[in-house]
Amino acid sequence: MKLTLKIWRQKNARAKGNFETYKMDNVSPKMAFLEMLDALNKRLVEEDKDPVAFDHDCREGICGACGMYINGHPHGPIPAITTCHLSMRYFKEGETIWVEPWRAKSFPVIKDLIVDRTAFDKIQIAGGFISVNTGAAPEANSILIQKKKSDDAFDSAICIGCGACVAACKNASAMLFVSAKITQFALLPQGRIEAKERVRAMVEKMDEVGFGNCSNTGACEAECPKQIKLISIARLNREFYKAF
Amino acid sequence: MGKLNSKIPEGPLATKWTKYKASVKLVNPANKKKLEIIVIGTGLSGAGASSALGELGYSVKTFCYQDSPRRAHSVAAQGGINAAKNYQNDGDSTFRLFYDMIKGGDFRAREANVYRAAEVSNEVIDHYTALGVPFARDYGGTLDTRSFGGVQVSRTFYSKGQTGQQCLLGAYSSLNRQIKKGNVTMFPRREMLDIVLIDGKARGIIVRNLLTGEIERHSAHAVVLATGGYGTIYYLSTLAVNSNASAAWKAHKKGALFANPSFIQIHPTCVPQLNEFQAKLTLMSESLRNDGRVWVPKTKGDIRPANEIPEEERDYFLERRYPTFGNLVPRDVASRAAKERCDAGFGIGETGLAVNLDFRDSIKKQGKDIIESKYGNLFDMYKTITGIDSYIEPMRIYPAGHYTMGGLWVDYELMTTIPGLYAIGEANFSDHGANRLGAASLMQTSGDGYFILPNTISNYLADEIRVPKISTDKPEFEETEKAVLERLNKFISIKGKQTAASFHKRLGKIMWDYCGMVRNEEGLKKALVLIKELKDEFWRDLNVPGEFSELNQELEKAGRVADYFELSELLVNDALDRKESCGAHFREEYQTADGEALRNDEEFAYVAAWEYAGEGKPHILHKEELTFNEVEMKVRSYK
Repeated sequence: MKLTLKIWRQKNARAKGNFETYKMDNVSPKMAFLEMLDALNKRLVEEDKDPVAFDHDCREGICGACGMYINGHPHGPIPAITTCHLSMRYFKEGETIWVEPWRAKSFPVIKDLIVDRTAFDKIQIAGGFISVNTGAAPEANSILIQKKKSDDAFDSAICIGCGACVAACKNASAMLFVSAKITQFALLPQGRIEAKERVRAMVEKMDEVGFGNCSNTGACEAECPKQIKLISIARLNREFYKAF
Repeated sequence: MGKLNSKIPEGPLATKWTKYKASVKLVNPANKKKLEIIVIGTGLSGAGASSALGELGYSVKTFCYQDSPRRAHSVAAQGGINAAKNYQNDGDSTFRLFYDMIKGGDFRAREANVYRAAEVSNEVIDHYTALGVPFARDYGGTLDTRSFGGVQVSRTFYSKGQTGQQCLLGAYSSLNRQIKKGNVTMFPRREMLDIVLIDGKARGIIVRNLLTGEIERHSAHAVVLATGGYGTIYYLSTLAVNSNASAAWKAHKKGALFANPSFIQIHPTCVPQLNEFQAKLTLMSESLRNDGRVWVPKTKGDIRPANEIPEEERDYFLERRYPTFGNLVPRDVASRAAKERCDAGFGIGETGLAVNLDFRDSIKKQGKDIIESKYGNLFDMYKTITGIDSYIEPMRIYPAGHYTMGGLWVDYELMTTIPGLYAIGEANFSDHGANRLGAASLMQTSGDGYFILPNTISNYLADEIRVPKISTDKPEFEETEKAVLERLNKFISIKGKQTAASFHKRLGKIMWDYCGMVRNEEGLKKALVLIKELKDEFWRDLNVPGEFSELNQELEKAGRVADYFELSELLVNDALDRKESCGAHFREEYQTADGEALRNDEEFAYVAAWEYAGEGKPHILHKEELTFNEVEMKVRSYK
């Protein structure tokens, strides 16, 4: 395949970025999107040019490191996958592809397609845990949990912390991300004990680091590679009201 | 260097750990705060150790190369985590788990360490459950288990196909709690470039801030490496593409012995290579072999679509060769059998390097719904990558490099041969012998981090309480930093034509071809020549654009590949030294008449621990003889 790439290049956080155009020949439809970028970078390095910087690691959709805005969608136009799982077979011969970093005040651009997502860690540090010391845990089967509740907790616990929800939201809201953790723990008896402190601390931090409020649009749910449901934001709100 | 002292406690196997804990030196709570510990890596062992040490009151500094500790590669483990809970009443016990691991490892692991790993496995499950890890449950609310990889009991706890992710997020949450309390300081996006020794003891590290390129010095009373394995030495593997051996290799060059480097597990069920720019090979969980049948056509070069090949023209080669275990033989056996068929010309697909994993019969028998409920997410992932619907046609799979049983040599206390330097999780060599059993890695790495290291490290630190905070202005820090900078400058000043990744890819091909699933003396010797040539070319023709004082991903890669060149030479030499076939290490010269591995317990029942002797000099081999008092060394048979 022949393709034209329009990639956001930005030297560092202070620099003014712009789109650069790259022509790609010989792209195999069996390549993954990031492998196509690897091929571009190989060419750039061989020409002694600065390769495109982007975050990536596991390349199998679970670490949450990769994330770029492709043709106006976080992780590209195909639902429920991460950028590393996006196959080139979804693009057409001769297509122009626009590639940008996540855009949100709380995710400042570091270089090119790499953004700083430590704001997410800060929210988790504020309260995304159950306070139990190593060695103090009761025998695992002494905590009985309804299968349905446990399964539902799992469905929220699978959030990979990639930030697509924030990038998709016109308010740059992190509520889907926060609600995933809140929901996981709210559904489990282990998590109920400090539920009030947790939700207050996480929401307070979420506001402090500059994420916006939920816009009720549902773009986050539509773009989430792990299909975390919007209803978890409703649960976050309920947990939050109950905490006062 | 003297004789290796594994420091295994006296007494019966079952009471060694309890006795050790009861007699180990402790550090007074008031002194713990003054003691600093550096932990490198935030996978299950690193995040676990950091949180447990923080809870105890030590001052912990934790480092990872990712932007967040939550992305460490433990996150990608799929199948499950073993524990000897015996919840199924199927005869499981600590001893049976220990025995399965010793046997699965082909009698090349240390009895005392393996027994302890089995012993703490139950505490690991208790702890993760308390942390809110949503393991699968039965309708009555109790935890569910499944059977996994070459054993006859059901002891594997799981969270669908994402057990590693769920455990890691649990460990990440406990780490966050200690960060909030101020007991752990987190340093993400840092790569360890060397270790600093003062008077022979590990006292600090030199790291590069990957965002700014700044070189930083950090000191501590002890250093813990939780840096994972080196499976990316094959370039294409199931590992995260940035996983690397550099931290362990730097420690090795400073005096830590490297044990059994050639013991690398090749996982049988991975998505085959699809294009020349392929960056990794995605694992398809081993659990699929519970219901999938592995086959190739009986006729060479049969290019008909799988579904058009009639039953009598299919060779279910695992069922044929291993009637007792069939498709459920251990990973090393399954991988070699697939390679044997493909090498003989029966492989499928454009490359001929793939075999079928077929669910047709299971779907017919159990219904699509049941298969979907068990493996839905794996079928989805396969379809995402390949575009193929495996409910209709078979998956295509091929083995790929996966897990390194070898690693830094450690004693019973998980200390390397450098005083004050520890290695935990996949970074050490201790528990899996020559082959790791499925779901035993999450178990071992979590046990090391949460329950073992926090108990053993006090034995060393108790004697360090009078050592004040170590200044990073000391000449040892100065010298180490200077050497690090020189090396970084060297990469940048070569100004050749080729990328680090292209060298890595070629090195990986050499390793895969000559030191992969099957090895022989001729091939290994050839590999040494090829590696040397490629290494010279690397130092002549590498190109790293940009500077080291800025974000520079090409520079990061160059350092890792340079270390892989050195490690690969050691790996091949270790494979040459071991003139037997055991576990994942299969030497063609040493096999039975029907093609099975031929172990040589008389001459090779030892851990090969290699000492670095200096640039360009051959490594020195130290042997730790393995003695088995509780189990009989049997021939591993799955026929």
